[in-house]
Amino acid sequence: MNLEALEPDVVVIGGGNAALVSAMTAREAGASVLLLEGSPIEWRGGNSQHTRNMRCMHEAPQDVLTEAYPEAEYWEDLARVTGGNTDEQLARMAIRGSSSVRPWMMRYGVRFQHALGGTLHLSRTNAFFLGGGKALVNTYYRAAKAIGVGVAYEASVEDVEMSEGRMTALHVRHEGRSQRIRAKAFVAAAGGFESNREWLRDAWGSVADNFVVRGTKFNQGRVLKALLDRGVAPVADPLQGHMVAVDARSPTYDGGIVTRVDCVSLGIVVNRDGRRFYDEGEDFWPKRYAIWGRLVASQPGQIAYSIIDSKALGRFMPPVFPGETAATLPELARKLGLDEGAVERTVQQFNAATRRGTFNHAVLDDCRTEGLSPAKTHWARPIDTPPYFGFALCPGVTFTYLGVKVDDRAQVAMADGTRAANLFAAGEIMAGNILGRGYLAGIGMTIGTVFGRIAGMHAARAARGEMA
Amino acid sequence: MTNIETTIGSVYGETSRMMGICNSCRYCEGYCAVFQSMERRVSFDPASLDYLANLCHHCGACLYACQYAAPHEFGVDIPRSLAKVRIASYEAYAWPRALGVLYRKQGTFAGVILALSMALFLMLGASYAAPEGLFAARPASQSFYAIFPHGLLVSVFGAVFAFAIVAIVASAARFRRALGAGALAPVAAASSAARLANLEGGGEGCYHRSGIEHPPSSERRGAHHVTFYGFLLCFASTSLATFQHYVMKWPAPYPLSSAVVILGTLGGLGLVAGPARLLALRRTRDPALVDASQAAMDAAFLWMLFLVSATGILLLVLRDTAAMGLMLAVHLGFVMAFFVMMPYGKFMHGIYRYLALARHERERREPNPYGFSDS
Repeated sequence: MNLEALEPDVVVIGGGNAALVSAMTAREAGASVLLLEGSPIEWRGGNSQHTRNMRCMHEAPQDVLTEAYPEAEYWEDLARVTGGNTDEQLARMAIRGSSSVRPWMMRYGVRFQHALGGTLHLSRTNAFFLGGGKALVNTYYRAAKAIGVGVAYEASVEDVEMSEGRMTALHVRHEGRSQRIRAKAFVAAAGGFESNREWLRDAWGSVADNFVVRGTKFNQGRVLKALLDRGVAPVADPLQGHMVAVDARSPTYDGGIVTRVDCVSLGIVVNRDGRRFYDEGEDFWPKRYAIWGRLVASQPGQIAYSIIDSKALGRFMPPVFPGETAATLPELARKLGLDEGAVERTVQQFNAATRRGTFNHAVLDDCRTEGLSPAKTHWARPIDTPPYFGFALCPGVTFTYLGVKVDDRAQVAMADGTRAANLFAAGEIMAGNILGRGYLAGIGMTIGTVFGRIAGMHAARAARGEMA
Repeated sequence: MTNIETTIGSVYGETSRMMGICNSCRYCEGYCAVFQSMERRVSFDPASLDYLANLCHHCGACLYACQYAAPHEFGVDIPRSLAKVRIASYEAYAWPRALGVLYRKQGTFAGVILALSMALFLMLGASYAAPEGLFAARPASQSFYAIFPHGLLVSVFGAVFAFAIVAIVASAARFRRALGAGALAPVAAASSAARLANLEGGGEGCYHRSGIEHPPSSERRGAHHVTFYGFLLCFASTSLATFQHYVMKWPAPYPLSSAVVILGTLGGLGLVAGPARLLALRRTRDPALVDASQAAMDAAFLWMLFLVSATGILLLVLRDTAAMGLMLAVHLGFVMAFFVMMPYGKFMHGIYRYLALARHERERREPNPYGFSDS
């Protein structure tokens, strides 16, 4: 396709949830729209293809959502996980928007389902997509095409042109040549930089070599970098992101949901030296899984080992890769490549420190250690019932928070304090405005959808010359 | 092991691997019974895969929704894998076991059986319809039994039908045993089967056209309904005719306005239109969804349904002409071949799927043995 000749009202850079929502919203507002997806069609949708739900505010039970999740509670949850690294005005816009956007999604064919088996803790707060994020992305691409949004695949932005506070053109590699694409307004919805190994290394140092990327390999951060180089105001810290502990055998990219290992709170976790380093039973696993990626990243070799005994079986989501199994702890240590003596000592000390209680994985029970550092404060039972199982864990980056600063119209802010007149942003590339630290399950899709709507609407207005 | 055994072993191994990935993901839980039953298990032996495979209605939704489908290195393709397991399960539960091989030789099987049954009825017609012969014009009131005596038809069809019933019941009993000791929910399963509730992709419909750009629809489900209810109407018509013959002492032929002819005609029309549409829809299906090696089995069943009913309708139209005798022999040839093929062809999908649904509908009311707390 010769993209240069199109000169649409609005160009949307990116091909995931936020990009699609922006494109469809701008199209609804009467703009002609071209969406540029950097990946081939088989890999379209960026990280959205790995998502499964959206965190939604609601005052009363709705179709697939139980009870109520009012604004105040949603905001408190967000304020807590971010430790205040959030723009309250934008955060509340995302929260409020989440209460009313689902009918719009459903009009385009998106379907919702109740919380999946094993995720009941999310049944009140998160609306799950039927079939997951890839089904949602497929639905949106079909709907976007039906209302006349133009879509180009394998169209990757190499550079942007900005002058006098406006974006004037993009340089896009498409069909083997660089094409200069002009438009009246632009939406940047091209994700973060988590798939860019060099950028990760710049931020984290060589430890980044031991990270896997849970999502798409196409989030190279080229658009983000080009914008920051052209004087756009950054937001959030490049070291911040959503990072969980995943199976060390995970694929380098696109391991998605299944590579997580959910037995941490049922056993102990040791590092390469066979030593424990953190309270595995600090809180319910869904409230703690998001800190373990960083914990493992801070251990030597960025690797750790979750060790359980057979008492834990059937109490956690089935792992995608079977663990190492052994009849004795030294044998397990050997299979995991750990020092047998060190692991045995650690387990002996741990077992000796456990205090008899009433085990209940559904509550913060009274099974804990005494006189052990670090303590295990709940679900601490001796590891003494063979066979034993071990899973090697490594840090898995889900997405990065460094992004572009935006205002309540999703309009991109410049470092000099002005606004880019015709440039808007949605999704992961601006999520750091709201999520500067920590993580709250399903909020990425909330931000992408709500700010996708806002960005698309204002981009269409800007294209009509209605934005000051 | 023979080649085919090695292949089947790897089919089960591969499908078990994929199910392990699905069970860690669960995004497709809302689509159908397969994933809901999967979540009640943590490992997938051949018997449990046979169960899940026969629950699958092959709508395709889970392939297009799959974040692990090719080109992802995990290469998950549940519709095609379960299709492969399904035909392996048909073979494994066939009675007698040795005839299970017929599932993979449907072209030859159908050809030979059709030739034999056609020859049989042409020969019978030639000998019993003398002296007028098969091609003589007959008065309107004359019965089919002037060509094939009623007693002859009863004994020939009775024998074949009885064998088919025995083989079907024996195969079903084997599959039932493989489902384990758990109870069944026959009524709920009948309701699910009658609605093809699991062909709905959780409400979206079925992916009958190739590729992600085409929205799912209810077309395949509709065509299957026309086929299935057409089959039931024909069955009702035949049952009523039998009742009238033996109990009411009212032998065929029946007038056009009789319940037997009306039910049979409506059913026959359904069995022409439904299979024709299903055959057409097969042509546009995404190759990624289907197991190409069983194309002959699917097509043979649809063609048999189509030809049985098309010749039946032709017979009705031509029954007062000189072509009646020949048409009758041809129709009976197709009917006979259909009966012979029933226990060793795609017909059995209905039996196994119903039993799998009956187990699923019951199982979902039982506590999940692996319903671990997720905290």
